[in-house]
Amino acid sequence: MSEALALYGFTKYFPGVLANDHIDLSINQGEIHGLLGENGAGKSVLMSTLYGLYRPDDGKVFIRGQEVTIESPAQAISYGIGMVHQNFTLIENMTVWENIVLGKEIRRGFVLDKNRILKELHQLLQNTGFDIDLNAKIYELPIGLQQRVEILKILYRGADILIFDEPTAVLTPQEVDQLFKTFRQLIQNGKTIIFISHKLKEIFCICDRVTVLRRGKKIGTLSIDEATPESLAEMMVGRKVFFSFEKSKPPHPEVILSVKELSTSGGKKQQNLQNINFDIHAFEILGVAGVEGNGQTEMVEVLVGLQKLQRGKILFQNEDITHFSPKKRILMGISHIPEDRPKRGIISDFSVKDNLILGFEDLPPFKKGLISRNDSAIKQFSQAKIQEFEIATPDENTLVKNLSGGNQQKVVLARELSHDVKLVIASQPTRGLDIAASEYVRNKLIELKNNGSGVLLVSADLDEIRSISDRVIVLYEGQIIGELTPDADEYQYGLLMGGTAC
Amino acid sequence: MLKRTLNYLNRSSSILPELIAIALAFLISAIILLITGYQPIRAFSALFRGAFGSKFGLGQTLTQATPILFTSLSFLLAFRSGIFNIGIEGQFLIGAFAAAVVGSGINGLPPVIHVILSLFIGGLFGALWCLIPALLKVFTGASEVITTMMMSYIASHLTSYLVNYHFKAPGWVAQTNPVQPSAVLAKILPPTQLSISFLISLGFSILIFYFLFKTYLGYQICAVGFNPSTAENRGIQVQSRIIMAFLLSAFVAGVGGAGEVLGVHGRFVEGFSPGYGWDGIAVSLVGRLHPFGCIIASVLFGMLRAGGMTMTRATKVPLDISLIIQSLVIILVAAPSFIKFVILRRKN
Repeated sequence: MSEALALYGFTKYFPGVLANDHIDLSINQGEIHGLLGENGAGKSVLMSTLYGLYRPDDGKVFIRGQEVTIESPAQAISYGIGMVHQNFTLIENMTVWENIVLGKEIRRGFVLDKNRILKELHQLLQNTGFDIDLNAKIYELPIGLQQRVEILKILYRGADILIFDEPTAVLTPQEVDQLFKTFRQLIQNGKTIIFISHKLKEIFCICDRVTVLRRGKKIGTLSIDEATPESLAEMMVGRKVFFSFEKSKPPHPEVILSVKELSTSGGKKQQNLQNINFDIHAFEILGVAGVEGNGQTEMVEVLVGLQKLQRGKILFQNEDITHFSPKKRILMGISHIPEDRPKRGIISDFSVKDNLILGFEDLPPFKKGLISRNDSAIKQFSQAKIQEFEIATPDENTLVKNLSGGNQQKVVLARELSHDVKLVIASQPTRGLDIAASEYVRNKLIELKNNGSGVLLVSADLDEIRSISDRVIVLYEGQIIGELTPDADEYQYGLLMGGTAC
Repeated sequence: MLKRTLNYLNRSSSILPELIAIALAFLISAIILLITGYQPIRAFSALFRGAFGSKFGLGQTLTQATPILFTSLSFLLAFRSGIFNIGIEGQFLIGAFAAAVVGSGINGLPPVIHVILSLFIGGLFGALWCLIPALLKVFTGASEVITTMMMSYIASHLTSYLVNYHFKAPGWVAQTNPVQPSAVLAKILPPTQLSISFLISLGFSILIFYFLFKTYLGYQICAVGFNPSTAENRGIQVQSRIIMAFLLSAFVAGVGGAGEVLGVHGRFVEGFSPGYGWDGIAVSLVGRLHPFGCIIASVLFGMLRAGGMTMTRATKVPLDISLIIQSLVIILVAAPSFIKFVILRRKN
């Protein structure tokens, strides 16, 4: 079997991160090669760099035995490499055929030669065995068919090696089946496929061989016949020694939050939750593990009241808060550290002090009289919080957008933790923070727990979850697929996160 | 978009860019004057004399500044919540008309009460006129740029119809009956038209400053304008704050219209507004979307309007030149941010 593509010593640095560390990769002609790893393992970076979106810092690329350098996607395409991204690059109110030929139109003078274009595209459809209405508008098509348009776009440009960056993340199970059929058709047409995924099930379903990445390093390449779910999970997650914190063994009898049979039915871009049940006790951190996009965001938004639920009940200290407004929940003592800080957590054009009182601005002592702000109380409060939470800022009037990410997060923490808190919903609380700031955030959460609050910790960082949680639930496709203790085997985690129940 | 526009407007704290723009506007106008055979120095000195050189000129300048100050404050109030109220002209006209009806139609009220009532009714009807766009925005997401603009055309034609038929005073002119003496806003600098309406507009600047930056409601409105999803997450009722800012904006426009009727014209005259509502949008941007900046910018525009008239009388330079200078100032100061704003809006 001949080699379609080979990488040697492929390396990519980002400031502070070694995203790809001397990766060797060999892809055979006509195979479906899986690229498996957790979030941040370096899969997407590797393929984006190969595709010319980034410049590699070191390493060589061989295509069909020829050494090449790829500096732009256009160049990658000229070598027959095409990439289907997770986010589509289609123009919604143009037709399928217009999108396919966009940028590579056949023209007659200044006009499109529509007849010749359609003839060529029909030929392409015939060769590949694809079925799609060329005259449909993109917005009329379901996601699965839109993805097919993306594939046709790169085939039209003559791609032989097709890279798919987590193509199943946006698809329904039926659409995934359809995509895999498409994969097989493409292989029959002599194409080669690189398939990025973190779902074990899919790797076993479709791939010939699989390469596992972890933290920017290649762990190994296996033929699918010699791989087992356990071995891949272990390669993906890795075995590490954990410093465990002291954990309270039997859960405290007081239940802070009780979620019963929670289900949502959101838009097509959302992962619906199905029948979620769990309790959070006093003096307890409940970790929520899982690959991102499996319903974590939706769950948090429902709990803080930003999203409607379809079915189910939320009890907070035995009170039914299912239909309470976000404001009411805040005032009851539910704090929220949102995953998307710029979008949900801060107002970057407000000063530090105005961010610190956000949500409490209409209550004394920050309000005096009927509607007036109490500027001196606000100033006093924010100066105290800046000191207590060690926020590095010139003063309380500095705009939050001028602070570092870690200090912005401290502003959020200071606001969320400085009132009478019974429950903290912390979503990716250390994302993007350096080690010291992350440590600070984790210690704050532990401190809260030790004071009797309940904490829900949602994180993509499995180490973080396992090091400070008392119990862990794993979300997969909107369901709780299992519950584990923090000291459970890594591969058990890997299996659950990949969708295989123990 | 609000935040980027503000960032752009506040790109430096000095007013140098505005001063350069004004100087440039005069320079280009001077060239136009030279080409068309007038003497720019004479024309401009007549303009400044007309605007500030006498008690009369000053009065005229401030008279002209008053309605523009109202409409620019109106624009900035809505804009701070992220709403682009482009239909201020309509709210202004409706407010003016309602005040004329209440001011002329009711007899026997004590003067102060009658004035306050007429002003309030003017504001109220301005706000009511904006209710449909506000509700459409909040409940269906309909772009307020379209709806307020269309409502503005309706207002302009509706008041025109009413003043030509049902509310027409006897005579040839399309105007309402004069308002009762008890509803007239006193002149403060006779013989100029300057009335208490000017003081009221200054009062509104201070009130709006206090409301936006010193009350929790203004704080919430600004939070919604800067980042609605964080505001929502922190329990602020985004939709109700948008409606609040929107209606207050229209209320201020309505009071401005009422002030013109009660203070300057004494009745609603068809076509009395040369487009104060539209001017307000530009003046608000020249004033950097700040209540006090709007005062300065309004006076500048009032000066160009009032001085322009003197310039025409004294030097035979057509009034159009003064309009050209005004337009050039708007283009040079506000237009770059305007263009940027439109581009950013599209990106969003």
